[in-house]
Amino acid sequence: MTESSTMQVTVQNITTSLKDKPGALLPILHAIQDTLGFVPDESIPTIAKALNLSRAEVHGVISFYHYFRNTKPGKNTIHLCRAESCQAMGGKHLENHVKSRLGIDFHETTADGQFSLEPVYCLGNCACSPAMQIGTEIYGRVSTESFDTTINEIEASA
Amino acid sequence: MSFTIYVPCDSSAISLGADRIASAIIEEAKKRSISIQLIRNGSRGLFWLEPLVEIDTPSGRIAYGPVKRSDITSLFDANFLEGGAHDLFLGLTEELSYLKKQQRLTFARIGKTDPISLEDYIKNDGYKGLSNALNQTQADIVKAVTDSGLRGRGGAAFPTGIKWNTVLNTPSEQKYIICNADEGDSGTFSDRMVMEGDPFVLIEGMTIAGLAVGANQGYIYLRVEYPHAHKALTTAIEKAYAAGYLGDDIKASGKAFHLEVRLGAGAYICGEETSLMESLEGKRGLVRFKPPLPAISGLFGKPTVVNNVISLASVPIILDKGGDYYRDFGMGRSRGTLPLQLAGNIKHAGLVELAFGMTLRELLYDFGGGSATGKPIKAVQVGGPLGAYLPESQFDTPLDYEAFAANWTVLGHGGVVAFDETANMAELARYNMEFCAIESCGKCTPCRIGSTRGYEVIDSIIAGQNIGKNIPLLRDLCNTLLNGSLCALGGMTPYPVLSALNHFPKDFGIDNEANVA
Repeated sequence: MTESSTMQVTVQNITTSLKDKPGALLPILHAIQDTLGFVPDESIPTIAKALNLSRAEVHGVISFYHYFRNTKPGKNTIHLCRAESCQAMGGKHLENHVKSRLGIDFHETTADGQFSLEPVYCLGNCACSPAMQIGTEIYGRVSTESFDTTINEIEASA
Repeated sequence: MSFTIYVPCDSSAISLGADRIASAIIEEAKKRSISIQLIRNGSRGLFWLEPLVEIDTPSGRIAYGPVKRSDITSLFDANFLEGGAHDLFLGLTEELSYLKKQQRLTFARIGKTDPISLEDYIKNDGYKGLSNALNQTQADIVKAVTDSGLRGRGGAAFPTGIKWNTVLNTPSEQKYIICNADEGDSGTFSDRMVMEGDPFVLIEGMTIAGLAVGANQGYIYLRVEYPHAHKALTTAIEKAYAAGYLGDDIKASGKAFHLEVRLGAGAYICGEETSLMESLEGKRGLVRFKPPLPAISGLFGKPTVVNNVISLASVPIILDKGGDYYRDFGMGRSRGTLPLQLAGNIKHAGLVELAFGMTLRELLYDFGGGSATGKPIKAVQVGGPLGAYLPESQFDTPLDYEAFAANWTVLGHGGVVAFDETANMAELARYNMEFCAIESCGKCTPCRIGSTRGYEVIDSIIAGQNIGKNIPLLRDLCNTLLNGSLCALGGMTPYPVLSALNHFPKDFGIDNEANVA
C-alpha cells in the first residue's frame, strides 16, 4: 500500500471507532495526531462525512486549536514556554538561544527533520521556570547549557 | 527488613530528574542487596527541594533534597535509609517550616500517599465525603457546600453552592458535571498537582457534585499540556470504576455517575466555561453569550455544573467534616483555604495552601524568601495573564477576593509570579496584549482587533514614538477592551497592561504622566 492509502485507512479506522462519542471531533483529531503526528488535510473529507459536518467545519476546528497541525512535525517537537513565569527567569534569553541553536523560528522544523519548535503558554511547571517539553518529557530550570546538553543527547541517540 | 522510599511522580519533580533518581535508587539498592519499596508519591510542593526523597522511619518521614543522581551513592553510604546524616538531610518532612506553617485541607494527602492507590486514598480519609453524601438528600449536599462558603477557585470566585442549586432546580432528564482542568494561567499549577498527586479526590468531588444536582455524566476537560495528569486521572478513573465508586450503581446506592477525561488542544480560551463547552461539543472554542447560564443551558444545551479542579477537590472534605469546618477558615466573604502558587523569580517557589487573609508580603518573603536572583522584587503578577501587576506598595494587600478587587487587582486562581528589578514592565504589557491576540477566539471585536492594535501601540511607545499621543490611545483602547469584550480574556487583559502603565510609567518612557496624558 502507498503511504497515503495507509494513512487513509488509519484515519478511517480511528474515525469509525470514535464517531459515536458525544462531541467526537476533538477525540478523533487527537487520535489521528497521536498516531500520525499530524492531521493531514486528506483526512478532512473522511471525518466530515462520518460526523455529518461540512469540510469547512472540520477545517475550522483543526485550525482553531494551536495544538493540531496539518504538516508533518520533526522527529522531536520542542514546546518552549513563553509565559510570564518563564520570562521572569530569563525565558526570553533562552528563547533566543534555542532559536539560534536550532536555526529555526517558532512553528518551523529543522532542515534535517530532527526538531520542530512550538511556543507554549504555560506547562504548569512555573515553580521550576524556565520550562520546556520535548515530546512528553518535561524539563525545568532550563539554561542555555542544559538545553544544549539535552539537544546533543537527542542528536547523538538519533 | 525492607525500607519504604518516596520519590515524587509530580511532573515538576520529574522535570528536575525524579524519574532518573527513582531508577538510580532501585539500582543501587539492588547492587547492595537491600530490600526496598519505592513509592512514587505526589509532590509536597517545596520545589526548590525537588527531587525530594523521603524515607519512612519509626519517628516519621525523613526528607533529603534536592537529590541529584550523583548523590545516590553517598546517600546509601551515609545510611540514609535509616535517617543517616548527609548534606542533603532535611529532617522530618512534616517539621519543615514551609510545610508546617500551612493549612492543608484540599492538599491534605498530596505528597503523603501513592496517588493512584485507591487503598491508600481510602486509608487516608478518602471517600468519607461520598459515603456521607450517599446518605443525604440532594438539597442537603448542596446546603453543605453553600454553608461552607466555597467560591469557585478557577478565578471568578462565584459561590459554588449557588451554582449547584441552580442546576439542581432546573428540571432535565440529562445534566452534566464538567471539571475545568484547562489550567492555562501562567504561574499556576495547583490543579496539576491535585490531578497528579491525588486524582481520586477530584473523582470523589465530581461524583458528589453529580449526586447533588442529579447529573450522571461528568467530563474532565484537561489541557493537553499535562500528559502526566492525564495518565494519573485515567488510571484512577479505571480503578474507581473497578471498585464500584463510578458506574451505574455507585457503592450499591442505585445511583449512577460516569466520568471521562477529554483533552483540550492548546487553546487558552477553552478555560472560559462557555468556550470549554463548545470545545467539548467538538466545535471551535468560541465564547457563548450569557445568558443563558451554563447552569440552565450548558453542555449540549443541558443544565451543567462547570467547576474548577480545586473547587471540586475541596468538596470531599466539606462533605466529610461539614460546611462549618471549612467555613471557619478564612476572612470576610473568602472562606476556607486557597492553594497559592508561588512562581517566577522567587527563591522558594512552591505550593502554599493557607486560609485567606495572609498578606502578599508574608507570602513573598516569609514563604518565598524573596527573589531567586537576590535582587529586589519589582512587581508581582497575581491571578495569571489577566491579573494585575502589583508594585511593592501593594504588597500588604491581604489575600482575599474583596481586598484584591478593591485595589483593582485579581486574586484569581491564586498564581503569584514574582519579577525582579530587571523586568521591563512595558515589554510585559506588550506581551499581555500579544498573548490576548494569539489566544482570542475572535468572536468579539474589542478582543480580536483591540489586542493586536494594543501591542502595536505599545511597540510604538517602547520605540519612543509620539508618547504624548500613544499613551492616551492605549488607555482608550484598554477602556474599550474592558467594557466591550464578551468574556474575561478581552475584558481583563487591561488589568496587567494598565497596572504596568500606572505603577511603572518610567518603563513606558514617561517621567511624569501628568505631563503627557
